Amino acid sequence: MSELTELTIAEAARLLRLHSISATELVSAHVEHIARVDPQVKAFLRFTPELYEKQAEEADRKLKSEEGGLLTGIPLAVKDVLCVQGVETTAGSQILRGFKPPYTGTAVARLFDAGAVMLGVTNCDEFAMGSSTENSGYFPTHNPWDLDRVPGGSSGGSAAAVAAGEAMIALGTDTGGSIRQPAAVCGVVGMKPTYGRVSRYGLIAFASSLDQIGPFARSVEDAALVLEAMAGHDPLDATSSDRPNDVRRDFDKGVKGMRLGVPREYSEVEGMEPGVNAAVREAIKALEKAGAEIVDVTLPHTDYGLAAYYIIAPAECSSNLARFDGVKYGMSVQDVDNITDMYMRTRRQGFGTEVRRRIMLGTYALSSGYYDAYYLKAQKVRTLIKRDFDDAFSKCDAIVSATSPVVAFPIGSRTEDPLSMYLCDVLTLGGNLAGLPGISVPCGMSAGLPVGLQVLAPQWREDVALRVARAYEVASGVKAEVAALG
Amino acid sequence: MGSSNPPTRAAPDLPARRGGEKWEVVIGMEVHVQPRTRTKMFCGCAIGQLGDPPNSNVCEVCMGMPGVLPVINKAAVEACLKTALALSCEIPKHTKFDRKNYMYPDLPKGYQISQYDLPMSVNGVLELDGRRVRIRRVHLEEDTGKLIHAGDKLHKAWESFVDLNRAGVPLMEIVSEPDIRSADEARDYAQALRTLLRTIGASEAEMEKGQLRAEPNISIRRYGTDDLGVKTELKNINSFRALHRAIEFEVARQIEVMEAGGTVVQETRGWSEAEQRTFSQRSKEFAEDYRYFPEPDLPPLELDRAWIEDLRSGLPELPGSRRARLVSEYGLPAADAATIAADRDLADLFEAAARASGDSKRTANWVIGEVAHSEKPPTPDHLAQVVTLVGTGRITREQGREVLAEATNGGGSPSEIVARRGLAQVSDPAAVRAAVEAVIAENTKAVQDYRAGKVRVLDFLVAQVLKRDRQIDRSLANDLLKELLG
Repeated sequence: MSELTELTIAEAARLLRLHSISATELVSAHVEHIARVDPQVKAFLRFTPELYEKQAEEADRKLKSEEGGLLTGIPLAVKDVLCVQGVETTAGSQILRGFKPPYTGTAVARLFDAGAVMLGVTNCDEFAMGSSTENSGYFPTHNPWDLDRVPGGSSGGSAAAVAAGEAMIALGTDTGGSIRQPAAVCGVVGMKPTYGRVSRYGLIAFASSLDQIGPFARSVEDAALVLEAMAGHDPLDATSSDRPNDVRRDFDKGVKGMRLGVPREYSEVEGMEPGVNAAVREAIKALEKAGAEIVDVTLPHTDYGLAAYYIIAPAECSSNLARFDGVKYGMSVQDVDNITDMYMRTRRQGFGTEVRRRIMLGTYALSSGYYDAYYLKAQKVRTLIKRDFDDAFSKCDAIVSATSPVVAFPIGSRTEDPLSMYLCDVLTLGGNLAGLPGISVPCGMSAGLPVGLQVLAPQWREDVALRVARAYEVASGVKAEVAALG
Repeated sequence: MGSSNPPTRAAPDLPARRGGEKWEVVIGMEVHVQPRTRTKMFCGCAIGQLGDPPNSNVCEVCMGMPGVLPVINKAAVEACLKTALALSCEIPKHTKFDRKNYMYPDLPKGYQISQYDLPMSVNGVLELDGRRVRIRRVHLEEDTGKLIHAGDKLHKAWESFVDLNRAGVPLMEIVSEPDIRSADEARDYAQALRTLLRTIGASEAEMEKGQLRAEPNISIRRYGTDDLGVKTELKNINSFRALHRAIEFEVARQIEVMEAGGTVVQETRGWSEAEQRTFSQRSKEFAEDYRYFPEPDLPPLELDRAWIEDLRSGLPELPGSRRARLVSEYGLPAADAATIAADRDLADLFEAAARASGDSKRTANWVIGEVAHSEKPPTPDHLAQVVTLVGTGRITREQGREVLAEATNGGGSPSEIVARRGLAQVSDPAAVRAAVEAVIAENTKAVQDYRAGKVRVLDFLVAQVLKRDRQIDRSLANDLLKELLG
């Protein structure tokens, strides 16, 4: 293993600016490391040499003329749901096999402009539906800390790539916890921004009102830098905000005098593992020791969150995925009798079981006669959950909890029981329903597997979430490490 | 109306039952209008022209590529609001877009962005001559693409082609209450709507170019009842004439069905221009479930009251009140006032020229008889000069027409042209008589024909007189010929 694949952005940027290393060397080190470990981890679906070779050269040119920024030459992995012009992008699905977008989405384009170098496309659950990356239409990804276990999901490929040192930073998307949960079980930092902070233009939609793009990194600072580079209003996304991009304000101010809320309901959720609970309690103690005041808060509608989420998200997905009909791009079954036959056979062959299940659920929830009882009711629950958080944030600056109630589980152990899989998101999906920023930072181990601490902050207060996460990182000395592999 | 059934209130000023007729016709109109915009409803693509190469005005957004997002076209909202204001509609504080879900190859996203339960405007009225048609709503949506089948229709075609130039073109949908009682009224309604839209600059509303599409919903009921009968909806109508004919055909068909003891089936029927009849297109027995839900990619619109007031105060005088004013202020006959008020440019020209010439009646005759059909309109001043020159007998009407054409094509002012060409009307009776006598002498065959009863030959003889001397007044020649031949 090369030291170059264990650096943080700040460390790498220093070496690049001093010309101790070149971007090309940094990228090559990652490519070589990938060649060694990815056959075991299987974090990547595809590699993009045509991009990284050119981008690394360009980065070196800029560094030579002292024009580079912090992200110039930094190796990046991109989840398979973010469109990059000319790069096969499939949302982890067979139905998009071979699809090369004619455009690059805003978040990726901004990182390219900042000088990041794209190594490849990472695996994920099909259309980001899942919590283990086992629903990928291609192959499962393995957790670098224990190759028999899942990396979480749906952004499991990106989390595993950063955990295994295959990429310095990676992009994921979070609809119900799909960045924070894999970050937790892979022992890296993962952040979901406030809904509207990062443009969704170019993100292949799962559930439009919940989806957000966010970073994976091995330090809180790196996550903040990547977020900052992507954030800000985009005229191509009407739901993106023009609020000031101040996410790194107060970054290093510590937690002294801050009030951190611990929701009773979150430590009592179904399936919470004692080892996870213990690690999170230790983390909260460390924050207290660093000067934070710990207060009890309550989120009384937590129990209804999962149900509301699993109506709203499938309802939106049933509509978002209608465009995959075999007419314009991707898979198209051709030996058919008529157009209906083409639709049905293309979609039956192209979509996996979980995607078909959610399309059915969502179609049902929106049907006339059921709309009020399901979709509308779920939206009302969503309002109550937002109100829960508003009330809680009147008593504290941020909420701390476990990210996932469980550590990485063995591959195949939950695939037969969708409900047990859905429970992985129970602590994260509230943040999506309420549109809050949330971050997961490594907070130790349970039975040799990483545990994540989640920090949730009020809308548009990424600065608070990052400040608390950073304070924990400093106070505890727990740092995201690169998992040791063959 | 003496009914205990409130939801089916009869329209205002129900016409008296005409002698012997048993059936009353009830028509509601759905009119789709393409607002005047440079770009499409949700992307920056140009609107383009009829006949552009297929798929030449498209981008990733209107092609429904994965990952794209809609952005609302402000010009389309403005046109819709102006239309709503001109129709005296109420404009709610909040409006939103919804998804109408159905799969069809001309609908690239698998849903149409439209407005469902919170349209841009409601409860308006369009005044026809002596009748009020209530407007239920005016809302915005996007058009679909176009399919071209090699074969009969989609389900039977062996190959179909999709052209997405029209996909995403903005449309205003103007829905009336069922207040229309005849084919004549339906045509008047559509024409009045076109005039209104052109006057306020919201649309060019050319039916032949598909910028205004009228879909009448037609039912019949026995006079004296106020329940609504089963309706059929007519499509493929692309002229006012076709609208009239299609309704007349459909009403006759429904009466025939009812009088034979049958029942009208609720369905969509197409109008065949070639066969001049309606035919069944799609039965609505199994109503499609569109699973409407709020478009999550577009935040609800809060309409700025100040903006709406600006639009309201910026509206020009509307055709209805202008028509009335042309009668009261200029003393025009109602029919002439209606013709002139129907075209804003024509009405502006009329008013300016009438003021300059001081002769409204003659100016109106010139405007309706000459200017309305000319490709290039004259300036008001030139028109006024010609009206005066002809009105005072300085030059003949033929000369006036020529002078006006020359002036309009840059030949100077009419007075200058008359002076330069030495034009003057010959009104010396002796000179006219000499010319007429010469023509009678030279055209013995024509004279015989005339005397034998072929009255139309007179026009030929008049033309011969004018050919001898272009300055002779046509009506003088006409009268003298009649006198001498009679």
